[in-house]
Amino acid sequence: MSTQVPEEKEQSETEQEVNAETEAEITEGASYGDQRRSQRDAQRRESVSGAPVDIEGESFELKVFRYDPEVEGKMEPRFDDFAVPKQKGMTVLDALIYARDRYDTTLTFRHSCRQAVCGSDALFINGRQRLGCQTQISDLEEPVRVEPLPHQDVVKDLVVDMEHFYDQMHAVEPFFQPDEEPDGDLEEYRQTRENRENIKMSTRCIWCGACMSSCNIAAEDNQYLGPAAINKAYRFAMDEREGEDMKEHRLNVMDQEHGVWRCQTQFSCTNVCPKDIPLTEHIQELKREAVKQNLKFW
Amino acid sequence: MHEHDVLVIGGGGAGLRAAIAAHEEGADVAIVTKLHPVRSHTGAAEGGINAAIREGDDWELHAYDTMKGSDYLGDAPAIETLAQDSPEETVQLEHWGMPFSREDDGRVSQRPFGGLSFPRTTYAGAETGHHLLHTMYEQVVKRGIQVYDEWYVSNLAVTDHDDPADRECHGVVAYDIKTGQVEGFKARNGVILATGGTGQVYDHTTNAVANTGDGAAMAYRAGVPLEDMEFVQFHPTTLPSTGVLISEGVRGEGGILYNSEGERFMFEYGYAKNDGELASRDVVSRAELTEVNEGRGVEDEYVYLDMRHLGEERITDRLENILHLARDFEGVDGLEEPMPVKPGQHYEMGGIETDENGETLIDGLYAAGECACVSVHGSNRLGGNALPELIVFGARAGRHAAGADVSEAEITTGKTAEIEEEDGLETPVEPGAVATDDEDVAADGGDVSADGGAAVVEPDETVRSAVERERTRIERLMEKDDGIQHAELRADLQKSMTENVNVFRNEEGLKQALEDIREVREAYQDVYVNDPSRTFNTDLIHTIETRNLIDLAEAITLGALARDEFRGAHWRQEHQERKDDEWLKHTMLSWNDGTPELWYKPVILEGQDKTYEPKERSY
Ligand SMILES: Cc1cc2nc3c(=O)[nH]c(=O)nc-3n(C[C@H](O)[C@H](O)[C@H](O)COP(=O)(O)OP(=O)(O)OC[C@H]3O[C@@H](n4cnc5c(N)ncnc54)[C@H](O)[C@@H]3O)c2cc1C
Ligand code: SF4
Ligand code: FES
Repeated sequence: MSTQVPEEKEQSETEQEVNAETEAEITEGASYGDQRRSQRDAQRRESVSGAPVDIEGESFELKVFRYDPEVEGKMEPRFDDFAVPKQKGMTVLDALIYARDRYDTTLTFRHSCRQAVCGSDALFINGRQRLGCQTQISDLEEPVRVEPLPHQDVVKDLVVDMEHFYDQMHAVEPFFQPDEEPDGDLEEYRQTRENRENIKMSTRCIWCGACMSSCNIAAEDNQYLGPAAINKAYRFAMDEREGEDMKEHRLNVMDQEHGVWRCQTQFSCTNVCPKDIPLTEHIQELKREAVKQNLKFW
Repeated sequence: MHEHDVLVIGGGGAGLRAAIAAHEEGADVAIVTKLHPVRSHTGAAEGGINAAIREGDDWELHAYDTMKGSDYLGDAPAIETLAQDSPEETVQLEHWGMPFSREDDGRVSQRPFGGLSFPRTTYAGAETGHHLLHTMYEQVVKRGIQVYDEWYVSNLAVTDHDDPADRECHGVVAYDIKTGQVEGFKARNGVILATGGTGQVYDHTTNAVANTGDGAAMAYRAGVPLEDMEFVQFHPTTLPSTGVLISEGVRGEGGILYNSEGERFMFEYGYAKNDGELASRDVVSRAELTEVNEGRGVEDEYVYLDMRHLGEERITDRLENILHLARDFEGVDGLEEPMPVKPGQHYEMGGIETDENGETLIDGLYAAGECACVSVHGSNRLGGNALPELIVFGARAGRHAAGADVSEAEITTGKTAEIEEEDGLETPVEPGAVATDDEDVAADGGDVSADGGAAVVEPDETVRSAVERERTRIERLMEKDDGIQHAELRADLQKSMTENVNVFRNEEGLKQALEDIREVREAYQDVYVNDPSRTFNTDLIHTIETRNLIDLAEAITLGALARDEFRGAHWRQEHQERKDDEWLKHTMLSWNDGTPELWYKPVILEGQDKTYEPKERSY
């Protein structure tokens, strides 16, 4: 079914020189015309406006984790190497797309927005959780090594199963629950600028799962809600438009066995969050609120 | 076979709103979407939502601005509905907890946007779409609405009556991306397409990679007309290297455009003497390209957008996201330097023809959001008018499909007495389907009435036979082991569209594009999928999407070639004037079993209690 990235990465690695070979292969079989292809390649290199500019002659090595549960030769996890020409402003996502479209169309990863808002390309890049589209190649050491998010089941290549992450997000009642509606049809709830400012960072989460993947505690304890879900709870618990009773209810949920108290303030989530959400701080804040609330009832 | 009352295809702003509305009417509703809902492109919207919710403003002003902005190609009943429903829908989002930016008194903030006579753009920082998308997804979770995520809808299950107006939609065929299963989904009441934009027709776009216009292409091939496709909005401020959008909010807050000589060209070269940087998007896009073409661009490619003078505090308060985008994707610090910008494809004003309740020509088939054309944007969409479109028309489609008692639509769909057939359009090639044997039709995506045999009209049988056709098609694509791959075809298509059907258009270029599209269409007969896997086969998905891009590119280009005038976003070198006598009409394109037919229907300028008189647009 699915697998996790092997701990002993070096051993399972099968170095593959796919670039030169595959390119020749593609050229051979095509009936659309070799001529057109070479024409096009020349045009691409010409760098028409907006097209990427090759940085003279330089290319870098992109090492990508590969695995497919049903394809002969890919069931055993391995790494493939791709030589990718360096281009100004190139991101890891651009490099993956290049490798896929030029060398191997079976290379599989999620991506969509290319601008760090859809949260679909959180990957393990050079040993750290990052968004592929937000990471400049020029900021990385070479070779650039791309793996699926650790601690999640791998579906295929760089695609991981997100179900557990979504379940945890859904577990914290991630929706607004006010006491009563404001009077009048077009009346808004009033919210102070300060309160909005207070929850602002927490509302930025794009559900990428990077934080969860970086968290040791989440890796050990499958039921731990994890930083993203706790942050979601924070977003509502601290929103003054929800009433006191609701806040109390939310804090109770956080106060459970697999809630905030699991966090050992290792800051790994905060360090990897691509939206700069101060996750550890939010978890701590909820711990303080929970303590305050318990004291109130003693 | 899965079965629900209402099926919503797409989990972006329009789809989520439609699902919530249908659910509130008591329908058993499910969302089928190729991305998890929070990954939808609505999350990228930055600027805001137009809604007349403040004293001094009212819906009539909003409607008037929109009609004028549309260059009188919007239909008044649709525009008035948008302006009337938007306040309630926007405040509804606030009631669902959306974290809007706030004024000192705690009410939601509004700001000025291009082409608006009142600062009515309601916003949440520079990430309005993200908050709108997540807020609505939260409501979907709250209601327990079923979501089939990472299911790719590849065809509609429509009966095969000869006349599209007699056809009925009974469901869809979808492909489970995770497992490769092809399954039928039956809708007892209706299918709502909310599949978003078509940006991938171009290579420089603000749109996501997933925006391949699937819904519009499927509806078109099933017999629903596409409306006003030639009106493609190019946004004047996108980052040159990636197409990432720099929100109009920057200009709304006072951002300034400079050319390479340091001139504020919008004023100095007279492109928009009154409105300057806040002129409509089409005007600013043309101004920028003219500067570049006349040698006053930077690196022959772009101009500068400067916001430094706004001051750090204001920038971080209202435009913080812009700082991140400029830094991450262009390596520029917006507090210290001006940002490089150029026009990029941004929005498809046209789409699936619908009425104000989202209904299409085919019974049981609805559309809402960017894939639809009601039409509220006419030839040019005002910034901040798409998000209200999603919620207003998403909600209306959801309600109608769920069987709610809603007011009758004033806009009619399909051919009526007033239609006008296009005649005499010279195309350099035969557009439309490629004549082939049966086998290749499978790779071609087929069309509804391709069966040839006895007419399939019974609901279950319609879904079943659609599933069969789709299974055959996918098997063919998978079994073929050489030929051409989609990535090449897509690149060729995008390149030709960008060169020939962009901001500036001329007859020669449009004809060239039609030839190129034809070439790609023919080559597509030979397309194959390299990846043999049933698990998460993105190669297959992209191959199917590419077929959709081909049909949409052709629709855009055919409409553009026929329309020999200059209106809104559609500029023609040989015809630099708006021709109201001839062209106050919508371009309609019907697939007609593979032969595209162009026809026209009049624009409705008559509103609830006034008629909008076309005026010169002056700046
Ligand atoms: C960068 C950017 C900024 C913008 N800023 C603004 C703004 O400030 N104000 C404004 O009013 N408008 C703005 N717009 C326009 C507006 O955001 C879009 O028009 C709108 O979000 C489109 O929403 P939608 O629900 O129609 O489609 P999307 O949000 O694109 O959703 C489409 C959905 O359909 C699904 N889907 C597609 N094809 C299939 C298939 N074959 N099978 C199954 N599911 C499928 C996808 O998974 C997705 O869930 C902006 C647009 C962009 C690109
Ligand atoms: S909190 Fe940050 S890292 Fe975690 S899911 Fe949200 S955006 Fe990703
Ligand atoms: S592609 Fe959307 S976050 Fe990277």
